[in-house]
Amino acid sequence: MTWNTPDDRKYAETDEWIILTGDSATLGLTDYAQDQLSDIVYVELPVSGETFEQGDIVATVESVKAAADVHMPMSGAVTEANSAIEDEPEKVNADPYGEAWFIKLTPADPAEIDSLMDADAYARHCAARDD
Amino acid sequence: MSALGSRLEPLVYDLSRPGRSGAPLPEPDVPHAELPSDLLREELGLPEITQLDAVRHFQRLSQLNHSIDTGFYPLGSCTMKYNPRINEDAARLPGFLHAHPLQEANTVQGSLALMYELQEWLKEIGGFAGVSLQPAAGAHGELTGILMMRAYHLARGDMARHKILIPDSAHGTNPASTTMSGLEVIELPSDGRGNVDVKALRAECGEDVVGLMITNPNTLGLFEEHIEEVVQLTRDCGGLIYGDGANMNALTGVIRPGDFGFDVMHYNLHKTFSTPHGGGGPGSGPVGVSERMADYLPSPIVAIIEEGDEKEPPLYGFAAPPKTIGRMKAFNGQFGVLVRAYAYIRIHGAAGLRANAEHAVLNANYLLSKVRAEYHLPFERACLHEFVVEGRWRGAPDVHALDVSKRLMDFGFHPPTNYFPLIVHEALMIEPTETESRETLDAFADALLQIAATARDNPEELRGAPHTTPVARMDEVRAARQLVLCCRPKFLSEPAQAPYT
Amino acid sequence: MLAACDVERLEDFFDLIPEQHRFPALDLPEPLSELEVLRELQELAESNAEASHHPCFLGAGAYHHYVPALVNHMLLRGEFMTAYTPYQPEVSQGTLQTMFEYQSMICALTGMEVANASHYDGATSTAEAVIMALNQFRGRRAKIILSATLHPQYRQVVRTYTQGMGLTIVGDDDSAADLDDIIAQLDDQTALLILQYPNFLGELEDMRGLQNAVHDVGALLCVVANPIALGMLKPPGEYGADIVVGEGQPLGIPMSYGGPYLGFFATREKYVRKLAGRLVGETVDANGKRGYVLTLTPREQHIRRDKATSNICTNQGLMATAAAIYLSVLGKQGLRKVAELCYHKAHYAADCIDVLPGFSVRRERAFFHEFALRCPGPVAEINTALFDDYGLIGGYDLGQDYAHLENHMLLAVTEMATREDIDCLVEALGEIT
Repeated sequence: MTWNTPDDRKYAETDEWIILTGDSATLGLTDYAQDQLSDIVYVELPVSGETFEQGDIVATVESVKAAADVHMPMSGAVTEANSAIEDEPEKVNADPYGEAWFIKLTPADPAEIDSLMDADAYARHCAARDD
Repeated sequence: MSALGSRLEPLVYDLSRPGRSGAPLPEPDVPHAELPSDLLREELGLPEITQLDAVRHFQRLSQLNHSIDTGFYPLGSCTMKYNPRINEDAARLPGFLHAHPLQEANTVQGSLALMYELQEWLKEIGGFAGVSLQPAAGAHGELTGILMMRAYHLARGDMARHKILIPDSAHGTNPASTTMSGLEVIELPSDGRGNVDVKALRAECGEDVVGLMITNPNTLGLFEEHIEEVVQLTRDCGGLIYGDGANMNALTGVIRPGDFGFDVMHYNLHKTFSTPHGGGGPGSGPVGVSERMADYLPSPIVAIIEEGDEKEPPLYGFAAPPKTIGRMKAFNGQFGVLVRAYAYIRIHGAAGLRANAEHAVLNANYLLSKVRAEYHLPFERACLHEFVVEGRWRGAPDVHALDVSKRLMDFGFHPPTNYFPLIVHEALMIEPTETESRETLDAFADALLQIAATARDNPEELRGAPHTTPVARMDEVRAARQLVLCCRPKFLSEPAQAPYT
Repeated sequence: MLAACDVERLEDFFDLIPEQHRFPALDLPEPLSELEVLRELQELAESNAEASHHPCFLGAGAYHHYVPALVNHMLLRGEFMTAYTPYQPEVSQGTLQTMFEYQSMICALTGMEVANASHYDGATSTAEAVIMALNQFRGRRAKIILSATLHPQYRQVVRTYTQGMGLTIVGDDDSAADLDDIIAQLDDQTALLILQYPNFLGELEDMRGLQNAVHDVGALLCVVANPIALGMLKPPGEYGADIVVGEGQPLGIPMSYGGPYLGFFATREKYVRKLAGRLVGETVDANGKRGYVLTLTPREQHIRRDKATSNICTNQGLMATAAAIYLSVLGKQGLRKVAELCYHKAHYAADCIDVLPGFSVRRERAFFHEFALRCPGPVAEINTALFDDYGLIGGYDLGQDYAHLENHMLLAVTEMATREDIDCLVEALGEIT
């Protein structure tokens, strides 16, 4: 099995993607993650202004059979949370890299992005866990 | 959103008609006191039905259930054995049924004597120095045990310990109880034979460990082959041992966990000791403890207040353990459930408890021998009272354990436990118990073999199962996305809230 | 069968158990037949005094109420009694729909929006309310205010449950503190304020405006309610409670020396994902037929494990079934009548006892079916005389828990007490002192 892993962003081991645009970053869950969870029924997002360290749990996602934490790939302060996915959690399954972004943030330390995986490395990470 | 179809059985609210009641009550035989008019409620959204309607409604509902009384119920880790009816008569004796929990001890010596004896028997069966009957269920017992372990270390002035070591095969209540106690879960992997990985345990043992939580036999139905080493390693670093006694049905009269150095263990009376499951309880989770832990038991326990002699029985009452962690629930534990367990132990005795364990293990191994050709057994070992196999086949990539379970219902069986323990893919955990006959086991094995064949020849039949149950597969995604958790019939006017259905 | 397992004797299955620990001799009494066990248990049971033979004026959290005959008959149906937690909905619609109806009726009774399928009892429900409030604030608020008139055992259980959580629990250090005293303790560190209705002394505290005080500091309000009282009194939902819990034993469950009982738990829809315990939801099957399933299960321990909202697994399913049947068969008229019978009889008893010399009923507030009675002497002595000489089970000794209520008895009167029983009590109290 292969999952969609666009080249234009970086990935965390814990299955989040992040993309930097200028001073801001946007993050979400990967195609692999939504596939593992299957039908997502609920998303809980932080409020704007909250700050987190790299690796902290910033949001929660539930499906019928599992629940998962969403971790911060980089440290920073939340500037916007995507209420569209709170209202329609199924968007996370349908369009994980586009409509279903989770939060926008101001990164505290842009250099942290170097600790993340590129698309190829992440694709291999997914393949290794598949069995 | 599709239009909702009909129901199998109307809701009780659908049967309601204004002015009806099912249980007439007498008029007050005392003068009427003035009611506090500013405190009275205006509406009460309860149904109004006749008694016959109530009987039919709940009788029909009950008939939609599968139960042990109806057929085989091999739910692994739940020990669905026969629930003897004598237990029900015993628990309903008026002297037990209508005693108030706060009555003076000298007016309820019968109940106290029963509790005292049960404490003693549970000590004996497990090899323990102390027992509390207070916890209401297994998970409650776990929370009790972990709080006791934590208190034990704090009382010794040891503030550094905050970790509990838990195998990855453990029941979810183990880590959940740990978190509730304010401690940290450290997960231990299992080795290639299904035991807890001793190397990993050795690496984690240290002065920050409160203790180890272990289930034996474990949730794979396998006896921990290194149990003595595991216990020793934990003790060597100053940790305590918690035993999850959910699987005691394999071991009553065969071993005593206290003999192995277990410090705390909870029993599940609704598993091992035949008290009924009730559609989700009530259970009862008494804890047994080693000598060094006895002071920390929840308060109160039943004790002999005045010794008896040849002429007089002892006087029983309540006592507070000197360093008790406190009270875990109000009143006296699940007394009615305790009566049932007492009756069970009294009927079987020591030899009977041992025979039950042996036959539970025999039945499980027999059933395993009949299905293992078609269902992959992840760990090549003899099981104890339950076993876990995989519900998947290479030649049938679209068939999952869930499909096997749903199809079993068409054969009149309740499915085994699905997807637990987490360390086995497409897990089917099967526990027949000792109260099932060989014929039942053979029939169940035949059904499983037929399903394995269907998985290869006609997988669609499995994926569409069940076909013969009152309802077909339920849309659980819809249930979670469109929450309807209670009904708000519109004809019963309610306090102003947004309508729910 | 042994041959099929490749084993010669039953004992061989246990070969891997270290020999010195195998097959211990258990010192248990010799087994008995059913009829012998029943005889032994009858002897034990008959050595108890109990409420069906001794008028019972003892309450304090467990009450002697009438259980309509059909409740017990339904509970004895094997399909209800010997089924398990309804994980496989296709063969469990009986349990699931009964639980859905139970949840609905608890919502109606408490004036709330969602209810779970049960906790162990009222005390542990209260502890779970504390945990839910802490989860709601994600650990950022660590102060809990308990009213001193919340049942003493409930307060103990809350403290036991939370001993590892680093909380500050206040409000009941002064056992004479009233509602104004604890309102004064509200601040932006408070997660939850809990009071009882009627309170442990039987009184109906004034809850108007309480929600404003609590919500103004951003905290949550939990009310521990008596379900029979809610048959006639305005429910806590109408006073703005965020969580309503309580002991459901009065709803068709005998006193049974303390258990099994029923913890009910109801809250607002917005908190549903922090709610612990089983939840049954309505849905449809593959053919569009309506049915019921356990839902929001990812909150629970078998999925969420160390991050679960609670560790609860087995709850009190059969007792919730009893309550559902009780509430259905009594219905809105019947429950109101039970409540009024309790109210009138308790007030009659209070009025009669009040004129006895040396006795005085505490009347600071309205009461429902229990009241605190100042006695001319120690409660324990009065109770001994009531039982030994009149065969009556007297009330609870409040001096055990409230220093300022020495020699005060908490008397409960339910629909089970006849006028003769009450008159006998009054006469007895008059003669004893």
